Amino acid sequence: MRELVVIGNGMVGHRLVQALCDRDSTGAWHVTVLGEEARPAYDRVALSSYVDGVSAEDLTLPGLAVDLHLGDPAVAIDRDARRVTTEGGRVLPYDALVLATGSVPFVPPVPGRDLPGCFVYRTLDDLDAIKAAAADAVARPGPGRRSAVVVGGGLLGLEAARALRSLGLSPQVVEIAPRLMPVQVDEGGGALLRRLVESPSGSHAGLAVRCGVSVEGIVRDRDRLVATLSDGVELDADVVVFSAGIRPADALARAAGLVTGERGGVFVDDRCRTSDEHVWAIGEVAALQGRTYGLVAPGYAMAEVVADRLLGGRATMTPAELDMSTRLKMLGVDVASFGDAQATTPGALEVVVNDPVAGTYAKLVISDDARTLLGGVLVGDASRYAALRPLVGSPLPADPVALIAPGGVELGADALPDSAQICSCNAVTKGAIGQAIADGADTVPALKACTRAGTSCGSCVPLLKKLLIDSGVQVSTALCEHFGQSRAELFEIVAGTGIRTFSELVSRFGRGRGCDICKPAVASILASQGAGHVHDGEQAALQDTNDHFLANLQRNGTYSVVPRLAGGEVTPEGLIVIGEVARDFGLYTKITGGQRIDMFGARVEQLPAIWRRLVDAGFESGHAYGKSLRTVKSCVGTTWCRYGVQDSVGLAVALELRYRGLRAPHKLKSGVSGCARECAEARSKDFGIIATEEGWNLYVGGNGGFTPRHAELLASDLDTETLVRYLDRYLMFYVRTADRLQRTAPWIESLEGGLDHLRAVVVEDSLGIGADLEAAMEAHVGSYADEWRGVLEDEEKLSRFVSFVNAPDTPDPLVRTREERGQPVPVALGMPGVGA
Amino acid sequence: MTAVETSVHWTTVCPLGRLLPERGVAALVGDVQVAIFRLHDGSVRAVGNVDPFSGAAVISRGIVGDRGGVPTVASPVYKQVFGLLDGRCLDDADVSLPTYPVRIRYGHLDVGLPW
Repeated sequence: MRELVVIGNGMVGHRLVQALCDRDSTGAWHVTVLGEEARPAYDRVALSSYVDGVSAEDLTLPGLAVDLHLGDPAVAIDRDARRVTTEGGRVLPYDALVLATGSVPFVPPVPGRDLPGCFVYRTLDDLDAIKAAAADAVARPGPGRRSAVVVGGGLLGLEAARALRSLGLSPQVVEIAPRLMPVQVDEGGGALLRRLVESPSGSHAGLAVRCGVSVEGIVRDRDRLVATLSDGVELDADVVVFSAGIRPADALARAAGLVTGERGGVFVDDRCRTSDEHVWAIGEVAALQGRTYGLVAPGYAMAEVVADRLLGGRATMTPAELDMSTRLKMLGVDVASFGDAQATTPGALEVVVNDPVAGTYAKLVISDDARTLLGGVLVGDASRYAALRPLVGSPLPADPVALIAPGGVELGADALPDSAQICSCNAVTKGAIGQAIADGADTVPALKACTRAGTSCGSCVPLLKKLLIDSGVQVSTALCEHFGQSRAELFEIVAGTGIRTFSELVSRFGRGRGCDICKPAVASILASQGAGHVHDGEQAALQDTNDHFLANLQRNGTYSVVPRLAGGEVTPEGLIVIGEVARDFGLYTKITGGQRIDMFGARVEQLPAIWRRLVDAGFESGHAYGKSLRTVKSCVGTTWCRYGVQDSVGLAVALELRYRGLRAPHKLKSGVSGCARECAEARSKDFGIIATEEGWNLYVGGNGGFTPRHAELLASDLDTETLVRYLDRYLMFYVRTADRLQRTAPWIESLEGGLDHLRAVVVEDSLGIGADLEAAMEAHVGSYADEWRGVLEDEEKLSRFVSFVNAPDTPDPLVRTREERGQPVPVALGMPGVGA
Repeated sequence: MTAVETSVHWTTVCPLGRLLPERGVAALVGDVQVAIFRLHDGSVRAVGNVDPFSGAAVISRGIVGDRGGVPTVASPVYKQVFGLLDGRCLDDADVSLPTYPVRIRYGHLDVGLPW
């Protein structure tokens, strides 16, 4: 077995070790990893989410079975003896050594930069220190909002500014270049970006930005800092964060005599090998053919190349893997740049469409003969990024102005050459996707599964859809054999025509008599549009058995019963009633994951008597049986908890009572946590709310189940009124447009533009339907009535709760129970009984 | 049909009005559980109430519909679909529900079981 030592435990080092472990089936390598930070490897790209309440554990990358030494950095490399010495005195011999030391923040040599209150923005420890300083500043008595100065207006600087704002400070960004994000955007794009992030409205930041000036010095003035700028302006600040770029962490390599690049970094060839054949370098420390790359994607590609080489492969870095194209959402502003965005190619021409009213800027860079696309910049609306980026280096498919003008040419995927990369995250070409389609992948999920395209950032999913359609694959949205329409289309038909029966709908817009797919779907659509009790008239025949008996069918033909315990609250008297009912009817009881009590084993003919007692005691249906709101789980929040910052139970109860009974394409779950410790597990819910010092953060699209998903942040620091307005819009938009049995996570994924589009609709009301959605929700809230009370008050509805039409009170003879741990459980059907 | 009818004994189970269009009810005839459905054209069909896939007596609680025009019921447990004319499972050719003849006399529904 040979010895591999990896210096550095960041994302790229971790990826190398993971790739090597995955492929080293013969156990050729014994791996030792040295990490400078005391923490296990974590997702540094998502670093800023740490201030939004994402925990260090959430950010941690999967553990790997290697010798990992944390907090013990390498201090020397003896290349002749091939061994590494660590700070803690370990001496590690190696056959191969990989340098993955990443980079260090560049801090300009400003007097006062080491004062308490000055920070860099690179590690979780940095963020802990910044959080603590911000909390101190916010807690200090005195008038005015606390402020921060961010040195550097690039990608990282704007991230830092957003994080500081989340921590309750007013950030001022100081950028030495004449524009923000000078690497990614040009002057025109930078000007618009600045205007958008300075605007105090909408989801934008309301940042203060100063470009073309530098910080000359920092001094302490009582309990604050004062930063003096090159134009003489003095800025007060409680916190100063340096985010003015990074430098390769190449000191160790220099000391070992390895060749370095002209502008720093360890020089490597296209195999990522340094000037020493036993030493490799990857990620931000590597100067590939002399150039360093500060993005994670090229670093991952380098890690894959070295893993392959260590196992005897012949992989090399390709130009496509060094693509620096980026699309990101910065402070609510869509920004993208690709190819030669700065038009450095000799003779390059620039075509610009700048619309300051709409807040969009688009530029294409084309070759001097106006035939080939070289690159571009998009600010404000980057939706064309997915179609344009793969065209770099290809002939222009249309007039360049038309490609970026509003209402201009929509690029078909047929304009792309086979070599064009559709998914840059996973380096999947149009040719590879065409092959997968030819081999039978006929849906986007199938393409994702067999090519990995669209599985990382997802920005190419619309293009995948286009490729499927262009290739002639029929992507049917028909609900079933009775309706050619999708669920969303049927919803609109019902809303537009006012049709209130399935018979009329199927005779006018469908065919046949329906089935177990379309009937419950139409029942849900009718219920969402206020068609009264779910058993009224013809609706009764549309409901599946759960909605027909308002209980959950279990495997032996009995049902379970769940009264609503809004927010998980229950009084001692309520508990006693539940206990008595369960005892008197011989029911098995269990606590659910949604903070309620489930009673199992009720026969159809018992349900009305059970519910009579529950309703008399003040309980109502919990809708555990419906494709509807289930529970809003909560922690105890400020009422009891020493750490809570808001009244999470109060909000959970209010939300559960607001949205109870709302019929939806699938079940809906929610949770409210009273602080960032997140005890209510809100981020595993369709909508989760986490308290902040300033209000509420709203997360959407989470679920447990077969494919667990963490909910993602939709909006932050909302007051309760705004939160409820956004939730009204979000839920009603989902109810109207999702497919049948589509949970919120896949629904959001299926929206063109994904979460960004949803945010535009909910927060910015980009479709102009906000008031309509809110009114629809108000109508639901106003018309809510307990379904079980509705049954108990109606003899005709009650008459259906019989075991046998000719023997209404005779129990189903197949249902038998035995005792397990002191409670009744079913005897398996079709098997001889083994107990009483 | 005549031959079938003479080979069964008839039991009256309920007034016809107890049957909702395109919805089922269960009946207990001796120790046999029967699922009875009234279709949209007013005709009535009876099949076994025990779902062969789960063993639970729940077929009467399934959703009534059609596949290619043939009336069906879907088991509420694991959703297999059965033809209501012949009891055959449309998702598994080896499985079927027993079928029973029905007749309507004096506004009441009778189900016929083999002697």
